[in-house]
Amino acid sequence: MSVGLTHYLVVSLLLFCLGLFGVLVRRNLLVMFMSLELMLNAANLALVAFARYHHNLSGQIMVFFIITVAAAEVAVGLALIVALYRQRRTAHVEDLASLRL
Amino acid sequence: METLCFYLFAALAVVCGFLVVANPFSRNPVASAMFLVLTIAALAGLFVLLHAFFLAAVQILVYAGAVMVLFLFVIMLLDLKEEERRSWRKFGLVGGGVAVALIALLMYAALRQSPLGAAGEPRVEGSTAALGELLFRQYLLPFELVGVLLLVGMVGVIWLSKRAVP
Amino acid sequence: MMETLDQLFVLLKRWVVGEFPAAWRLWLSPLIDAGAIIGVFAGLFAVTTLLERKGLGRLQNRMGPNRVGPFGVLQPLADGLKMLTKEDIVPRAADRVVHFLAPIAMVTPILLAYAVLPFGRNLVAVDFDAGLLFFFAVGAGTELAVFMAGWSSRNKYSLLGAMRGIAQMISYEVPLVLSAVAVVLVAGSLSLPSIVDSQAGYHWGWLARWHVFTPWGLAGFILFLIAATAESNRSPFDLPEGESEIIAGHLIEYSGFKYALFFLGEYLGLFAVSALGITLFLGGWQAPVPFLAWVPSYLWFGAKLLGCIALFIWLRGTMPRLRTDQLMNFAWKFMLPLVLVNLVVAALWHGTAAWGFFGAGATRWLLGGAVLWLTYSALSHALFTAPGRGPRTYRYAD
Repeated sequence: MSVGLTHYLVVSLLLFCLGLFGVLVRRNLLVMFMSLELMLNAANLALVAFARYHHNLSGQIMVFFIITVAAAEVAVGLALIVALYRQRRTAHVEDLASLRL
Repeated sequence: METLCFYLFAALAVVCGFLVVANPFSRNPVASAMFLVLTIAALAGLFVLLHAFFLAAVQILVYAGAVMVLFLFVIMLLDLKEEERRSWRKFGLVGGGVAVALIALLMYAALRQSPLGAAGEPRVEGSTAALGELLFRQYLLPFELVGVLLLVGMVGVIWLSKRAVP
Repeated sequence: MMETLDQLFVLLKRWVVGEFPAAWRLWLSPLIDAGAIIGVFAGLFAVTTLLERKGLGRLQNRMGPNRVGPFGVLQPLADGLKMLTKEDIVPRAADRVVHFLAPIAMVTPILLAYAVLPFGRNLVAVDFDAGLLFFFAVGAGTELAVFMAGWSSRNKYSLLGAMRGIAQMISYEVPLVLSAVAVVLVAGSLSLPSIVDSQAGYHWGWLARWHVFTPWGLAGFILFLIAATAESNRSPFDLPEGESEIIAGHLIEYSGFKYALFFLGEYLGLFAVSALGITLFLGGWQAPVPFLAWVPSYLWFGAKLLGCIALFIWLRGTMPRLRTDQLMNFAWKFMLPLVLVNLVVAALWHGTAAWGFFGAGATRWLLGGAVLWLTYSALSHALFTAPGRGPRTYRYAD
């Protein structure tokens, strides 16, 4: 059986679910953040597959934008995590329960 | 040949993705980061199979080269202990599992219903020139906006990471 | 005859591949490419270690290695034997798997980068339409290797060295890529063979059309060389491995063959980035003057590569090491603005390419050169007179 669009979409689905599971279950801020990246990557894969099988390069452009935005997001998010760590000495969500710094 | 490559990369991506979020051997963020790098490399391989060569290179350059290095740098900076062997909360585990299973089911059902599979022969070639043409003509405004976004992000990060002067 | 000599390796490969049954050819061709690249550049590595030790010796007014073989030419062999027979020590606390994988993660991506470099006319393993991007993408893998080495050793010096190394590599990757982008802008292609083709031909029949002979190309080449030196962790940017400060940084817990692999990776990275600089700015395998165009293209490429290596050895023998803050200031406050202005100048150069009046070339040159020179002097003035900069005052040493 040759590889079709559905195959790629299933891989993308699996990766997305894994990422979602990580965000919901893991309690380390960094690992949660990495799981988010995994979800973004799953979306990228789906978009590239659509672009290929629907004869439309706009999907690839979208992935280009997603990668750029993800880079900015990671920079800001990690800066936030570092700032938080400086205040609280922890990167564990359960220790970040109070609203006041 | 192509089918073999697809299954190889797909398996690598999914297995490494699993090890990112739920590594049974190590709870260390560094292990997660390493496996995320592998996942990203496998995804770049899948991009190549989809003839998106430019994006495959960008994927490696930005994700493996910049994003993951940033992650690792922060891990080194913070010197996180392993998650101190805290037990996973049962409620979170079960709730998360159920939620993910439901979403997976929903998406799979959507996949089955929609006529995606009949999307025809793959023809689009992701040549760099064609991509650039599209990016700088049809998508010029979003492109500029993304540039502004990066600038805003940069300013924000610098402001955030500046130590408050006592 | 000269044509055959120029295409010798291409024809040789075609002949060898043709001798095998058709089913094998698909696999054989890349294997031959990979084998040739590994063989040639590992050999060059051996030669370069000897040249470097000899050259440094001469620069420091001593003989250099001269015991093994005539004039010490067999020294690389002895070094290799020593490395191979040394005990391989893994610290007890180390993360064994990552510690083992780090040297491999160092060498593999660099070898991949050679796939897109054109070493001669038609002598390129893969003519990839985003070749330059591929080069930088796989080059990014070495940062991960440095992290893996530094983190898995569980040694504070290796962690500090890795942090320094990664900070330095990220910082200098920006000017490195941006100076290459100027070439992409003018050549209009990301494929390295077509960038070489864009530099073919001669002005007035004698001056090669290399990018280094344009104002932005000259500035870009110098910036590229500086960034390349920093990327390959060589003196004066060898802080990650500073022996006197952090005793070899991320390499501290490595010995024997793994250390040799890191060493190999560093030199292969140096060759790769020099080869990229030659391809981008020095016309790749093109001959510098038309009457020498009959010399086989790969020989020109080799000569330029050896010239670059000699330059790097000279630099290493001449420059003192920087401090970390100087290193970062230099990258972000000096090189980054300059390389951005260089990009604008390249765009100006490209935009004025249609000027046809008498003396248009000289005008363009002067215009571009003036912009770059003004930026350079303004930046250096601003940096030297900024508070906290300028001539250093010694608090304790006086």
